[in-house]
Amino acid sequence: MALGRSFEDMCAQMYYRGKMFGFVHLYNGQEAVSTGFIRLLQPGDAVVSTYRDHVHALSKGVPARAVMAELFGKTTGCCRGQGGSMHMFSAPHNFLGGFAFIGEGIPVATGAAFSSRYRHEVLKEASPSGGLDVTLAFFGDGTCNNGQFFECLNMAQLWKLPIVFVVENNLWAIGMSHLRATSDPVIWKKGPAFGMPGVPVDGMDVLKVREVAKEAIERARSGEGPTLVECETYRFRGHSLADPDELRKPGEDVDFKLCATLPCCIAFGLMCKFFGFFISYIMLKHSSLKGIIRKSKRSGCCR
Amino acid sequence: MLGVARRKIGLGTFSSPILGQVLQRIRPLGSVLPENYSTAAKEITVREALNSALDEEMSADPKVLLMGEEVGEYQGAYKISKGLLEKYGPERVLDTPITEAGFTGIGVGAAYYGLRPIIEFMTFNFSMQAIDHIINSAAKTNYMSAGQISVPIVFRGPNGAAAGVGAQHSQCFAAWYAHVPGLKVLCPYSSEDARGLLKAAIRDPDPVVFLENELLYGETFPVSAEALDSSFCLPIGKAKIEQEGKHVTITAFSKMVGYALQAAEILSKEGINAEVINLRSIRPLDRATINASVRKTNRLVTVEEGFPQHGVGSEICMSVIEESFEYLDAPVERIAGADVPTPYAANLERMAVPQVDDIVRAAKRACYRAVPMAAAA
Repeated sequence: MALGRSFEDMCAQMYYRGKMFGFVHLYNGQEAVSTGFIRLLQPGDAVVSTYRDHVHALSKGVPARAVMAELFGKTTGCCRGQGGSMHMFSAPHNFLGGFAFIGEGIPVATGAAFSSRYRHEVLKEASPSGGLDVTLAFFGDGTCNNGQFFECLNMAQLWKLPIVFVVENNLWAIGMSHLRATSDPVIWKKGPAFGMPGVPVDGMDVLKVREVAKEAIERARSGEGPTLVECETYRFRGHSLADPDELRKPGEDVDFKLCATLPCCIAFGLMCKFFGFFISYIMLKHSSLKGIIRKSKRSGCCR
Repeated sequence: MLGVARRKIGLGTFSSPILGQVLQRIRPLGSVLPENYSTAAKEITVREALNSALDEEMSADPKVLLMGEEVGEYQGAYKISKGLLEKYGPERVLDTPITEAGFTGIGVGAAYYGLRPIIEFMTFNFSMQAIDHIINSAAKTNYMSAGQISVPIVFRGPNGAAAGVGAQHSQCFAAWYAHVPGLKVLCPYSSEDARGLLKAAIRDPDPVVFLENELLYGETFPVSAEALDSSFCLPIGKAKIEQEGKHVTITAFSKMVGYALQAAEILSKEGINAEVINLRSIRPLDRATINASVRKTNRLVTVEEGFPQHGVGSEICMSVIEESFEYLDAPVERIAGADVPTPYAANLERMAVPQVDDIVRAAKRACYRAVPMAAAA
C-alpha cells in the first residue's frame, strides 16, 4: 500500500513535469482494495483491471521499475512502452491488462476464469493452488451500469466460474456521480439477482477487505462459483491527471481520509488487530512503518 | 485450379424453408460450364467442408472449443456445427445466451490462456455488438503486451447479403475487419477453401476473422483427396488463380468469385480472356499475386459485395497503383454493392448487390470495348 501511494504520487510529479503523457489515472485512496485482494492470490491466479491499473500491477508482483518504465514509454517497461498507462500486461504474473473501455475487462476476466475451469475439467490439468485458479476482475461504479457487466454476472454464475467481481465504488465516474447515473445505487444487491452472493465492504480498511476477499477467493477456488464484492472507497485525485475535478465537493473526501491516510490506517490496524498477523501479511521483512515507506520510495522511484 | 467447377445448389440441406424458396428465385441464369474432373475424389458442400474442418481440429486438439448461439443442441443456426455437441460434449460445444459482447470477451479471455476458442456469430452483423472485443481485446493485445500474450481465437460466421433478410442482416464486414492491424481476415469460396482456410485459422496463433457466406453453405464443389485429409491446410495470405487469362484481371472473394467465373465465361465468348483471382485472404492481402496478374493483363476489375466507399477494391486499386502503375492500360474498375442499406424487396436487392452483368460490363470498359449507354452529344 505504501509502495502504491508513493508510486502514484511520483507519477503525478512526473506527469506535471512532462515526463509522462497521455491518459494517466491514479489510484490514490483505493490502495486497501488492491492490497486486500491481490496479496491473497497465488501465482497462478489472474487479475484483470481497468485503466486505473498501476497499483493492481504492483500488488500482483510486477516490479515497480517495470511499471514506471512503461509509463515513461521505455523499452524496459513491462510492455516495452507499447501499452502505456492503461494497458499494463504481464504474462509471468498473470496480470491480464489494463483495458481502456469500462466493462471491457469483465468479459476477459470471465474468460480467464472459464479457461481455469476448462483446464481443470476438460484438460485435466491440476493447479498448484490445490483447487481452481481464481480470477479477480476490478472495475468501478460506472461500469456497473454497462451491459457487459450484467452479461458476465449471468454467465459466470451459469457456468459456476472461479471469479470474484470486485467493484471499486468510489462514487464518481469522471464527473458523473454514481447517484445521478444509477437507478438503484446499491451495487452488491445486484449479485443475488443473478444467483450469486453480493457483499459490501469498507474499501478503506485493508483488514476488512482482506477478510471478505479471503472468503470470496476460497469460494471461487473450491468451485462454488462467483461472488460480487462492492468496496466502498474513494479516489483522492481526479479521474485522471488531466481531470480538473471540479464537480466533486472539496469536503467530500474527509470521511474517507480519516480512515485512509496511510500511517493512520496502519496504526489503527496495529491497535485493533494482533501485531503479528498484521506484519505477516503487509511486508514480511520490515519491522517499522518508516522502514516500509523508505524502502518503497527507494524501490519505486525511477532513477 | 483451372476452369469452372460444376456446382449444384443443394436445397435439401437448408433448414429454413424460406431460405430454400428465395434461393430458387435467385439461382444464376444459364448453366454453368460443367467441366467434370475425373481426378476429383468427391464433391462436398461448403457446409460439410466447414463441419469436417471443425470436427477434425477439435479432435486433434482438446484446447479447441466452439462457443456461440445455437451451436450445440440446435446443431448450429445454419447446421455448420451439426453433430459436434454429441461428439465433444457440452464443455467443448457451448450454447451461449444472447450476449455477443459477453461471450466474445469470454472467448478472448480464454484465448489469453492458450485455449483456442472458436466464437460463432449467427451473422457478422451481430459481431458489431462485440466488435470492441474483436478489435481492442483480441487484435491489439499481442502488440500492447509486447508479444507476451497472443490470442489464438477464431471469429466465424456468415457475412454479407443473404436473400431478402433486410438491411440489418446483410452487411459485408470484410473491409471493416481488414482495416485493423493485428487481425487476419479470411473469405473462403469453395469447399476446399472452407476446409483449408478454417483449419489454418484454428491453428493460427493470432485472432482470425473468418467470413463465410450463407448462400454458399449449400453449394457443392469437388474436393481432391488431398483436401479431404485431416492434415490439409491452406496458407493464409495466398490468393488462388481460379482461371488464368490474359486480357483482364478480375479479383473477387466469397460469393463474388462464382459471379466472376460466370462473367469470365460470358466474356470468353466475346474474345475477352479474363483471369479470375479468388482472394481467399483479405488481410493479409496477396498483393504479389494481384500485381503479377495485372502486370500480365494490364487491366483490373475488383469485385466485392460490400459498400463501395473505403472497400476492399479501394485497397487493391491503391496497391496496384503503388506497385504496377506503369503496367496499367486502363483505369481500375471497381464493382461493389450499391451505396445504400440493403433493401428488402427482391428486385431492389438484386440491384443493390453486384450481378454477373455488372462484372461483364466493367471488364468490357476496362478493355475499351464498352457500348456507350447514352447517345453521343
